Amino acid sequence: MARGAKEYEFAVVGGGLLGSAIAWGLARLGKRVAVLDEGDRATRASRGNFALVWVQSKGLGMPAYAGWTIRGSNGYRAFADELERETGIPVSFERPGGFHLSLSERELEARAQQLKRLHNQPGIVAYETKILDHAEIAKMLPDIGPDVVGGSYCPLDGHVNSQQLLRAFHKGLAQQGAHYLPSHRVESIAHKAGAFVLGTPSGEVRADRIVLAAGNANATLAPLVGLRAPMKPERGQILVTERVQPFLDHPVVTIRQTNEGSVMIGDSKEEGTRDTDMTMGVNAMMAERAVRMFPRLASLNVVRMWTAIRVMTEDGFPIYEQSRSFPGAFVACCHSGVTLAANHALVVAPMIAAGALDEDVVGAFSARRFDVRKSA
Amino acid sequence: MFARVHDAPVRSVRVTVDGRLVEAKLGDSVAAVLLAEGVSPTRVSAVSGTPRAPYCMMGVCFECLVTIDGVGNRQGCLIPVREGMAIETQQARREAGR
Repeated sequence: MARGAKEYEFAVVGGGLLGSAIAWGLARLGKRVAVLDEGDRATRASRGNFALVWVQSKGLGMPAYAGWTIRGSNGYRAFADELERETGIPVSFERPGGFHLSLSERELEARAQQLKRLHNQPGIVAYETKILDHAEIAKMLPDIGPDVVGGSYCPLDGHVNSQQLLRAFHKGLAQQGAHYLPSHRVESIAHKAGAFVLGTPSGEVRADRIVLAAGNANATLAPLVGLRAPMKPERGQILVTERVQPFLDHPVVTIRQTNEGSVMIGDSKEEGTRDTDMTMGVNAMMAERAVRMFPRLASLNVVRMWTAIRVMTEDGFPIYEQSRSFPGAFVACCHSGVTLAANHALVVAPMIAAGALDEDVVGAFSARRFDVRKSA
Repeated sequence: MFARVHDAPVRSVRVTVDGRLVEAKLGDSVAAVLLAEGVSPTRVSAVSGTPRAPYCMMGVCFECLVTIDGVGNRQGCLIPVREGMAIETQQARREAGR
């Protein structure tokens, strides 16, 4: 039977990094895909993020998340190469190893304890994160200031140009014939005659299967198809300096120099707020800490600053799940749309294309874990 | 390449460009003075070191960055000249803290 203009095999709800990665992965397998997105005014973590591909310190409380993150980091090079080859857009992925810097003995001790607890967890995949003193760090980051007492280093950490990454996904989607539908904010989901019907201000879209990748909005969309996505949004603020000659060879979790020479500073987490205002106190604290870490930064002009709302599940770990009551409806939520991009495109998307999530690979990320905790 | 359009008498303002005394006009932007004087390139880029000159003239492209009164990487197209202003082109890659 001929399909109408707005009938698809897969509709992905959300055109940010997570939705785009899954949609690209589906289109790459020859699926007929639509991406439903909001308009230009959407609150979009994919435009405000810090662009780290980050491993160290992830997985405390859920060892499987450490393994999943390492898989994402290890798969990034081949994934980025394919995306660049296909679209001609460089995403500037680099994995030189990254640092977490401590500005006092107390901070360093807390850091060491946190890593010890992380790596002592049963079932955790073994990987290297070293605690280094000032002199050892100075060998790799010669510009650190005297206030840096030490820090941790993980060779699996890197970064990417996340704006180019999102653009490359969208170009790749168009090249593969997927339809990008802006101003299609999904307001209702019905299941009629074997297909999902997504209601939007720009009209209905029908699809055999749907993937909810709408960031924090998944909290309200998921229950429409018998799924759960408890979210806890978190505000982050970022300062960006003028472009300067490259001097920072390794990303630091709160400071990195982009491939274009700008230095990004992002050192804040605020819960319980959804607004996107900047706050001077937080920015002053971030700038002060950054200058103590790298005194050279003091002379640089800040040319941009912004706030973004992090996509964060209630426990901080990803959720990937297929609905039991509405088979064919999937939900995907995660904070790390940048770090896990390769996994989403090349591991999760093929599972969704095949109609079932592999329990051995992503079973730990079922939202059922929230039920268990409640009844315990 | 660029010539001034003399449609009204405008007061002169004296500035220096890389130490050379230059007569500009009140209301000129720094970038306009550099273009009128035929100064090009006005900087090299920070990462690749390629030569650059003012382009958009409206504060968007950041190509016109120069050092003004000792402060580096200022947008020349957005800053009006002042008497005695010291304008320096950036012929070396801009470095943090140097």
